[in-house]
Amino acid sequence: MNSQYWSWETFLEAFPIILEGLKITLGLTVVSYLLAMLAGFIWLVLEATPWRPFNLIIYWVREFIRSTPPIVQIFFLYFAWPMVPYVGMSFTPFVAAMLALGIHFSTYISEVYRSGIDSVEKGQREASTALNLSTKDRWLNVILPQALPPTIPMLGNYLIILFKEVPLAATIGVVGILSIARSYGAQTWSYIEPLTIVALLFLLLSYPSALLINKLEGKMNRRFDKKQKKVGVSE
Amino acid sequence: MFENWVNILTYLSQGAWTTISIFLVAALFSFIMAFIAGLSRLSTNLLLRGFTAFYVEIFRGTSLIVQLFWLYYAVPMLFNIDLGSNWWVGVIAIGLNYGAYMSEVVRSSILSINKGQTEASIALNLSRFQRMRQVILPQALRLMLPEFGNYSIQILKGTALVSLIGLSDILYYGDIYRSSNLSEGPIAYFMVLIMYFIIALPLIWLSKKGEKIARKGVAS
Repeated sequence: MNSQYWSWETFLEAFPIILEGLKITLGLTVVSYLLAMLAGFIWLVLEATPWRPFNLIIYWVREFIRSTPPIVQIFFLYFAWPMVPYVGMSFTPFVAAMLALGIHFSTYISEVYRSGIDSVEKGQREASTALNLSTKDRWLNVILPQALPPTIPMLGNYLIILFKEVPLAATIGVVGILSIARSYGAQTWSYIEPLTIVALLFLLLSYPSALLINKLEGKMNRRFDKKQKKVGVSE
Repeated sequence: MFENWVNILTYLSQGAWTTISIFLVAALFSFIMAFIAGLSRLSTNLLLRGFTAFYVEIFRGTSLIVQLFWLYYAVPMLFNIDLGSNWWVGVIAIGLNYGAYMSEVVRSSILSINKGQTEASIALNLSRFQRMRQVILPQALRLMLPEFGNYSIQILKGTALVSLIGLSDILYYGDIYRSSNLSEGPIAYFMVLIMYFIIALPLIWLSKKGEKIARKGVAS
């Protein structure tokens, strides 16, 4: 290792400056995620319309958003959306990044919701029909309480993945930790320390959260297994 | 109007080869890394296991864009390594990043193979290598296919970042086009998205196919 390029002084000097950006980075993560949770639900509703051609369109639109790079989507919303006729308007960098990341991740989140709903046994629906429950009661009191808990670890995973995609917003000038680190590097011509700080901050935040989610997942799996066994015994 | 679209597409296609070549080599590199790291994490050697765990957690815990910049700015100075060209910086960053993610797929697929298979191979007096090569891996490989398909799409999406370190890929040409024809920005970026989607289509098909193969002939 070439220690002449690494200076602890720069490291200590840059650290508090970069830490300032953490608020924006975390804030953007949270609002994008909330948007993704909401929009993920909208995808489900759109998908449930009984008209098949419309379903197909929705399916391909979602596939399109999911399999194209989020950075291009961010650029599209920030640089190009104002030029779109009729509906175009300009966003601040923060809003553009929030919309792009939120919509991009909503396509994943809707898949998570779907897997949760599919995991509820068919008998539960049939039983609620037999008990003459209204649609509202069936969803709120029977299906969703069983569908949502198993999805919590998956939702947590996507939160961490989203958090790691948020520095993409630095490319359009959202002043998060990466953006500050780069401008610090441009001013002082030392990139190594600020970029290392950014990497460390990401690691420090995402690794413990990942451990926590792993633990949660194990707990959920055990609970799920138990349920299955009980059904097996009674049959 | 339609002619204009075709014009933009031909303009953007100048960057297609950079995107595709980085995608192919990075995907290959991450597959190799996935198997090396995935198998090493199951090794009995504590040092090897610890080292790979360190690699996997570092690369999974930070974001690709940060790793890309770190490799681009910091590594050449800090370790005095010249990675050759920016093309290689992109390939190595993407390969190491997704290799770390995919190593978890390799590891969990191997672990999910029924213990009875291992026990039977021991009873048949197969060596450790034979056991892995002839009994466990052929079964585990099938389970890895759908996830590998998904990650190949992620890798393609990751390649769009290389324009940030000065490579002329599809996004780079899209940016150039937009900055000289501001009013056509929406079409330009839409075409960039379309091009990525076209490259992704075979990958989407492959991952669907992989899902089918993984499910075939399996009880439950």
